[in-house]
Amino acid sequence: MSANLSAVFYLTSGVLFILALRGLSSPETSRKGNFFGILGMIIAITVTFLSIGNFSSNFVYVLIFLLIGGLIGAFIAYKIPMTAMPELVAGFHSLVGLAAVFVAVSAFLNPEAFNLGSPGNIKLGSLIEMSIGAGVGAITFSGSIIAFLKLKGIMSGSPITFKGQHYLNLLLGISIIVLIFYLCKTQSDSFFWKMIAISFLLGLLLIIPIGGADMPVVISMLNSYSGWAAAGIGFTLENTALIITGALVGSSGAILSYIMCKGMNRSFFNVILGGFGVTTQTISVKGKEQKPVKNGNAEDAAFLMKNASSVIIVPGYGMAVAQAQHALREMVDVLKKNDIKVSYAIHPVAGRMPGHMNVLLAEANVPYDEVFELDEINSDFANADVAYVIGANDVTNPVAKTDPQSPIYGMPILDVEKCKSILFVKRSLSPGYAGIDNDLFYRDNTLMLFADAKKMTEEIIKSLN
Amino acid sequence: MEIDPFIFRLSIFILSIFIGYYVVWSVTPSLHTPLMSVTNAISSVIIVGAIVAGLSSNSESIFDPSTLFGFLAIFLAAINIFGGFLVTQRMLQMYKKKKKK
Repeated sequence: MSANLSAVFYLTSGVLFILALRGLSSPETSRKGNFFGILGMIIAITVTFLSIGNFSSNFVYVLIFLLIGGLIGAFIAYKIPMTAMPELVAGFHSLVGLAAVFVAVSAFLNPEAFNLGSPGNIKLGSLIEMSIGAGVGAITFSGSIIAFLKLKGIMSGSPITFKGQHYLNLLLGISIIVLIFYLCKTQSDSFFWKMIAISFLLGLLLIIPIGGADMPVVISMLNSYSGWAAAGIGFTLENTALIITGALVGSSGAILSYIMCKGMNRSFFNVILGGFGVTTQTISVKGKEQKPVKNGNAEDAAFLMKNASSVIIVPGYGMAVAQAQHALREMVDVLKKNDIKVSYAIHPVAGRMPGHMNVLLAEANVPYDEVFELDEINSDFANADVAYVIGANDVTNPVAKTDPQSPIYGMPILDVEKCKSILFVKRSLSPGYAGIDNDLFYRDNTLMLFADAKKMTEEIIKSLN
Repeated sequence: MEIDPFIFRLSIFILSIFIGYYVVWSVTPSLHTPLMSVTNAISSVIIVGAIVAGLSSNSESIFDPSTLFGFLAIFLAAINIFGGFLVTQRMLQMYKKKKKK
């Protein structure tokens, strides 16, 4: 296949990828969008095979690796529970990053295959491009691995900080640039390996100081990085599909990071520099834990809900952990049978990744027109009778509006406190990830339901019937 | 005067960033998770580079390092492509059922 023809096909698959993202503007068009994405991928892969046309013995191996990888991917896609989606996405990011590193390494070792010159005499532009691809890819890989371990709970979600951390990261960042400079000057492969090694290290160090609740930002950011890495490789390979995709994914991740940061009223750098709500906050928590709270049970909760005319559900990460979404929907069904108006309020940073709660509710067959974003529903709390807070905490904390000293001050919150009564399902009084005590616990109109979110919801269903 | 092909690619890149910017802002927040999984899948189009690396080895042995890295990259990207698209499909399917009248 001629180079021009394959370039046209690559462009086509790039356009199809744009349509894939465009489809996500509404649930109705989204499935068609996904189909466009798959089509684009098939075109890109087919064209690549045809344009090489050299079906040596390696062809069999290529197919075998493609098939094994595909089977594993399909298996994971069908088996993974929806609650594990953040880990899965982090894991996938790490694979994109590592694949980018491998492709760059391969191009570095055998530049003839890509028309980039010969070993030791690679075109300057290509060398810079593949270094960027490999470096960003390596950062994406190791950073995503840390994010994965934190989300999976293998590694503690609390931030790991040490003195001089940021200076060390800065130093590593500068040395990566210096190494790329010397690589271009000397073409010596030792600089290339060192650059990749330091990028892996930098990826680790960038993510370890970031706490569990900031994971939505981290995942989006790594999403963005994986895109830039792909774009870097796209420039090296002079491949339009890859350049377009890299730019799309890069800007997509950046926008999501921005939305997440705004949801927490924190600057991007504040999140990246990490160490959210460490030590200083825990002291104030200890002092406050003595305050009286109203402790309720499922029957009290059922009674309150039965006598309400409207109920707003506020789900959070705790719902995901307890896998309570199905029980929750059953409870809502019972309420609706009693002519009680029910809606769901989702904070932008609820859960561990953008849209996390929406997917879980969708899994439980909650109609998406009952699920509202913060701006859409916040004024309704004042008119609602009951707020059922299930697994959310920091995003309801009125301290964000009242106490300028608080680390979450200024963060947009759901105005749960304006509800007539608040039901707060929680396992204990422990503070949320931000490490701050929630004033709501001690309000007169708050009833604390100390239990596992799923068990409590199931008990409420029993009491409602 | 001739324009370096790099500039053409750069133009495509910059314009795509803008397209990405506007397209992604129009994505409804409830589909942000599928957005991430589908961007994951499409960024694995990096597999085209891996295929080139895996196929065009100049040595006979498949254990040529460059080829080997190509194979590994194919493997990783394939996990992502299949996993990413299928899990997105699975999620979007759930949004379908709930069409309520």
